Amino acid sequence: MIPSFWRKIKYRYDLIGTHCKKCGRYYYPPRNLCPRCRRKGEIEEVKLPEKGKVLSYTVVYERCPVVIALIELENGTKILSQLSCKPEEVKDGMEVVRVFRKYGETSDDGIIYYGTKFVPCY
Amino acid sequence: MRVAIIGSGCSRFGELWEKGFREIYLEAGLKAIEDAGIEGKEINALYVGNMSAGMFLGQEHVAALIADYAGLAELNIPAVRVEAADASGAVAFREAYLAIKSGLFDVVVAAGVEKVTDVSDQSKIVSSAADQEWECFFGANLASLYALIAKIHMKKFGGGEEDLALIAVKNHKNAVNNPIAHYRREISVEDVLSSPYVAEPLKVLDSAPISDGAAALVLASEEFARRVCDDPVFVEACCQASDYLALQSREDLTSMKAVVKASRKAYKRAGIDSKDVDVAELHDVFTIAEIIQYEDLGFCKKGEGYKLIREGITCLNGDIPVNTSGGLKACGHAAGASGIRQIAEIVDQLRGKAGKRQVDAEIGLSLSVGGTGATAVVTVLRR
Ligand SMILES: [Zn+2]
Repeated sequence: MIPSFWRKIKYRYDLIGTHCKKCGRYYYPPRNLCPRCRRKGEIEEVKLPEKGKVLSYTVVYERCPVVIALIELENGTKILSQLSCKPEEVKDGMEVVRVFRKYGETSDDGIIYYGTKFVPCY
Repeated sequence: MRVAIIGSGCSRFGELWEKGFREIYLEAGLKAIEDAGIEGKEINALYVGNMSAGMFLGQEHVAALIADYAGLAELNIPAVRVEAADASGAVAFREAYLAIKSGLFDVVVAAGVEKVTDVSDQSKIVSSAADQEWECFFGANLASLYALIAKIHMKKFGGGEEDLALIAVKNHKNAVNNPIAHYRREISVEDVLSSPYVAEPLKVLDSAPISDGAAALVLASEEFARRVCDDPVFVEACCQASDYLALQSREDLTSMKAVVKASRKAYKRAGIDSKDVDVAELHDVFTIAEIIQYEDLGFCKKGEGYKLIREGITCLNGDIPVNTSGGLKACGHAAGASGIRQIAEIVDQLRGKAGKRQVDAEIGLSLSVGGTGATAVVTVLRR
């Protein structure tokens, strides 16, 4: 589990995605191959916008309610993430901004997983 | 050359505490062989759909295990396990169909099996159909992904939670008359609406159960079928398509593109139109999925799926009865087996063996979907 997590740290902590220079599309999660241009594409890593709006959200009731949302970033890239706020605060189309938060930890060796969550822009 | 189905068999679906993986598979397999009236030595190959015996049971290499326990070890035939999440059974069926279509084999068994009730974290295993790194890491499970889809569809086309409830109510009603069904009892719209949310707007009673179950079909070349069978059902088309695994990669979440693509290929190959379908089994893993699939299969215009259920068009006595078996919702959803079980229901309908669920049908369709739609298989059958 540890290598599989640290390989992705850059993309999880910093919201790094990829951009195809050939067709101009942005991808998150990052891709090594552009699905439209395939081998003719030219992929580069880019920092994605930190702000976006909620396209759709749902609340999953586990130990405490967790808000899962599909967010459209300012450049049109879609990202699935958690909203770090109360369910009753969320509205469709709401503006949100990314933050760095804890996701969980393994009970046996104490590894803590961090990543991107979003909070409402006020 | 046409490919025919000459035998079918299913175990009961549900929480089969008294039976293990091997017993439920054997039950379905023996019924199918007996129904086909063939002998084990006539089987050329075996294709098995299974989603996750590795995680549910710690057992891999299940195709050989099944061939062995089904008494086929001495025959040394090829046995192939196929995995495509909860479309595994349908993809196994397609491999069996292609094996006969290629001319290499005359008789092939396509089966599906899942044993889930021996472990407790079933929902997590089922969610492994979604993208572990970019969906599940963020706390999403299969229900929440379908919930995101449901909200986008409802916002755009105006359906409500009552419409979703109608799907569950219809499918439960159909299952009452299905002896293999997981839930053989009717529920009301009120029951569905008052059940707790699993992921808003989807509730417990919008969700298919995670069931144990197995199903098997015997496929044969037309020539062999005509020799041994009075009422073969012909596979007019079996087409498969795939799509982006994770929701964020898809352009339009109100539609399952793989379903659209697979169905149009299947209609073309079978030389039919969506209007020619008399009966269908769809992949109602969550109620919203059945509504979206009405639209994607062309049973109605995009956005009008709600009308089909409101107006009773997909009820047992409607124009296009859907999920006469009770669907995944009430017949039960045994991930690897459901794709085969769905086709078995259409076979029963076309052979006039569906008992009190019987509808008048010449052409039937079965749709299986893997996860949130990254795999879709559409099978068109004709009697
Ligand atoms: Zn490109």
